[in-house]
Amino acid sequence: MTEELKGNGHIETLIVDDEPTEGVVGKEDATAELCARAPVGLLAELTHRCPLQCPYCSNPLELESVKNELTTEEWCSVMRQAGEMGILQIHLSGGEPTARKDLEDIVSAASEAGLYSNLITAAVTLKRDRLEDLKKRGLDHVQISFQDVDPIMAEKIGAYPGATQKKLEVARWVTEMGLPLTINAPIHRHNIQNVPRYIDLAVELGAQRLEIAHAQYYGWAFLNRAALIPTYEETLASIEYVEGAREKLKGVLTIDMVVPDYYAKRPKPCMGGWGKGFMNITPSGKVLPCHAAESIPELNFDNVKDRALRDIWLDSEAFNAFRGTDWMKEPCRSCAFKEIDFGGCRCQAMAITRDPRNTDPACALSPYHNEMVALAKKEAAKPATEFVYRNPRNVAKATETQDEPLVPAE
Amino acid sequence: MSGDTTSPGRLIVGRETRPKMPPYLKLRHDAGRGRWVLLAPERVLTPDQTAVAVLQLCDGTRTVEEIAAKLAEEYSAPADVIGKDVVDMLQDLADKGYIKG
Repeated sequence: MTEELKGNGHIETLIVDDEPTEGVVGKEDATAELCARAPVGLLAELTHRCPLQCPYCSNPLELESVKNELTTEEWCSVMRQAGEMGILQIHLSGGEPTARKDLEDIVSAASEAGLYSNLITAAVTLKRDRLEDLKKRGLDHVQISFQDVDPIMAEKIGAYPGATQKKLEVARWVTEMGLPLTINAPIHRHNIQNVPRYIDLAVELGAQRLEIAHAQYYGWAFLNRAALIPTYEETLASIEYVEGAREKLKGVLTIDMVVPDYYAKRPKPCMGGWGKGFMNITPSGKVLPCHAAESIPELNFDNVKDRALRDIWLDSEAFNAFRGTDWMKEPCRSCAFKEIDFGGCRCQAMAITRDPRNTDPACALSPYHNEMVALAKKEAAKPATEFVYRNPRNVAKATETQDEPLVPAE
Repeated sequence: MSGDTTSPGRLIVGRETRPKMPPYLKLRHDAGRGRWVLLAPERVLTPDQTAVAVLQLCDGTRTVEEIAAKLAEEYSAPADVIGKDVVDMLQDLADKGYIKG
């Protein structure tokens, strides 16, 4: 990734990742120029309905019901506003975006608004004629998640029988139709040993991109951490393998990697900075600075039903809450890296320390860091716990399980 | 190190290469920002004027040599200097998956 961002003297590259914790990454000048006008990326969670029940789902614990979803016209209006305000890329996600029968209309609206559209799908219910129609309407890119390369484990993780075969079929349609394909590989202790096979699979399918996306422990994944977190050694080995493969597959396959920050010394620059280059819209129309922002209870979110998207971006309370560096406490406030990693992730600070203004405990300077890492390593060393699957039945259970917060070091 | 890669399918750009942009790479003028952008899967690239001029000539029929010659004429610059710059830029883009031969 760093090599890719070096540029060639004439062209700078910005990553506009759908991985909610990555957001917009690029050289400061190029990023600042593009983001001065508007965010460059928008993640549209069209619905929380999903045929899969993956225990690391990035949706919030409290899933939105279908009756609260935005209408077709409301989503089409979002697309038009996004294009007008200067957003460049739209990630159509969920839940499962193809669960919306009006996905075709939304894709048409995105295309007419000049947005580069990315369909992020589990693919298990997608029909060929529907994909052809979406392409005709201007869909630019398809991303398919594979829960594992091993079909039996993949079924266990997603709780969907026959998922792998169906996904392979859809992936082949995508490349046959000449659409660019990304394979998304959500990585955790049950499939981390299969990273090399994921790379082979992506090459064999003719994908342009592969996302090695180590689970990020928020929401459902936080709840399932002891069932998911790999060991430090396994994590390092997977990172090394990917770095070698990137070099070997230059010009053939782009590999993006999101690493688990529990094992890092420095926090990730979450979203490339709060309210800097990215926004997220929930199925009911709430506009969030990141997908997990609703886990911060003090924030109020504007809705596209009540306010223009551009006004929300510029002026809403939630976007301004952690913009820039004024909100920071120590050790962030006097840190030389404060404009580089922005103190890490606000939602992780909230989840672990119960104060979103604290330094992300992924940072070695956080007084919570050592305890958090020790806890993770202890969980990884024990046998995996059972999955709490992401489904409406488990929502009640998930929202009442609240662990005691960690105690900071003296 | 990086120059040594000879992975199968990697395009090595030379003066005889006839470069073209794959269909998933979109060169668009962003009127609101008053600049050109290249849109690709999960990437936004910001080409400068030279890069835009080169990319607009990458139609799969012209060779790199012909592209360099045309630009040398337009910008009254030495063709060999431009040629090297064009090869370097296109190789970088090819390695990122954005230029095909």
